[in-house]
Formats: sequence, C-alpha cells, structure tokens
Amino acid sequence: MKTWLKIVAIVLLIYVHTAGLLMDVPRLNILNETVRALYFHVPMWFGMVLLYFMSVYYAIRYLRNPLSDFDTYSVTYAHVGTAFGILGMVTGMLWANYTWGSPWHGDPKQNGAAIALLVYLAYFVLRGSLENEEQRAKLGAVYNIFAFAAMIPLLFIIPRLTDSLHPGNGGNPGFNAYDLDASMRKVFYPAVLAWFLIGLWIVNIRVRIKKLEEKSIQQS
Amino acid sequence: MKNIFKILSTIFAALLAGPVLAQQVEMADTMRSEGKIYVVVGIVLIVLVGLIAYLFMLDRRVKKLENRQK
Repeated sequence: MKTWLKIVAIVLLIYVHTAGLLMDVPRLNILNETVRALYFHVPMWFGMVLLYFMSVYYAIRYLRNPLSDFDTYSVTYAHVGTAFGILGMVTGMLWANYTWGSPWHGDPKQNGAAIALLVYLAYFVLRGSLENEEQRAKLGAVYNIFAFAAMIPLLFIIPRLTDSLHPGNGGNPGFNAYDLDASMRKVFYPAVLAWFLIGLWIVNIRVRIKKLEEKSIQQS
Repeated sequence: MKNIFKILSTIFAALLAGPVLAQQVEMADTMRSEGKIYVVVGIVLIVLVGLIAYLFMLDRRVKKLENRQK
C-alpha cells in the first residue's frame, strides 16, 4: 500500500476525531451530544460493507481464475470487515443503551446486522472445516457471494420496509433529520474514507504476513 | 500596635480575596473550558495516534521479514 494513502488516512482520522468532538452539531432531544456518535459508529458499518464488497470481488475473481492469491485477498478482506462489523455492533449497543433505552432493542436493522455478521462467521467456520486448499477456496468463494447477497437486503432493504429506529429507515429520514446535515457530512464522509483506508492497510499487512507464512512453510 | 493590626488585616484580606483574584489571573484554561471536552479530545487523539503508530511498527516488522526472505 502506498505511504501517501496511509498519511491521508491518518490526517483524515485526526481531523475527524477533533472536528467530530468539537464542531457544532444539531441540538436534538434524547440524542443530545450522542449525535456525534454518528461520526464514529456508522463509519464502522460503511467500512465493513466496503471491505465485504472487496471480499466478494476477489471471490468472483477467484472463481473466474483460480489463483490462490485471490483467495487470500478474499478471506482477509472478509476477516477485517468482520472486525469492523463487531466494532459497529458494540458501539451501536452502547449508543442504543442511552438513546433507545436498552442495548438490544430488537430494531430490524440491529437484528439484520447481527444475522449478517453470523452469516459471515459461518463463512469462517466453513473454511475452517475443509482441509483441501482448493476445495476450501472454491466453496469459500461461492459461499462468499451468498453471504454478500444476504447482507445487502438484511442491512439496507428489510429495515426500510418495516419500522426502524435507525435514521433513514422505515420512513425515518437519514441525514435530513438533522438541520446541520451539510456540516455533519463534512465530518462523516471523511470518516468513512479514512476508516476504509485503515481497513485496506490492515488487509495489506495481513496478506503480507500470510504470504510470508506460506513461503516459510514451502522452505521448511 | 496599630501598624501591626493594619498589616495583619491586609494579609487577612489578601487571603480572603485570594480565590477571587485567582479566577481573574490568566491561566492555560483552554483544557478546562466547555465541560473539559478538550481533555476528551486529547485522550481520543492519543489512543488514535498510538494505534496508528502500532500499525506502522507492525508494517515495518513485516517489511523486515520480507527483506530477509528475499
């Protein structure tokens, strides 16, 4: 990964964490200052979806051209994406506890996110249960496509069809709920970009470690 | 005797006025203003920068291993 991309990510993150805590935000009942959690909680989910997208992209590439490198990338993207998802889940539960009244509120988007994470956890279980490398890569890639196809409706369609406490769902407006939506975007989108870049960086390190491991196994 | 009383009362008044005066004295109060939010900003930034520095170190260690294997 290019060093300038890492620097961009770091500069953006420092900006996001300073402006996100200090800049003016809409004054809303119940939410109060926790509206700022939008800058830190939602980018985890956006990062997860983008990383899962990269994962399914490499899964399809593997199915078209079975190079083990594609499989390595696919599983690593899914791995880091899941880490982002777990962080999104935990931060969301903390936020929900103080604004919705309980950490697990049975909100359709919350349930959908939990199911999506379980679907991806099953991906790792499936991979772990197969000894043969080629079989593992191929079945993993096919399942990966299924998992991605299941995640999109769980996170983005079903919550919109029913009532959801999440903004932007079930008749709830998204950013438009806040008067200062334009100024919140100025922090939110850089946050998404920065965390996605950090995700790519972690993927890069993990892939390199994996390749080193494979090389050392071949040499010994 | 009157002088001593004067001096003592001045000191006493100064002691009483001390806390009041202290509030007017210019200090580095930025970190304590607005509900001490800047302290939180500082803490969050330390954690963030620390974790990123850790990532950089991890990156360097992998690079070293890669160079050794070549």
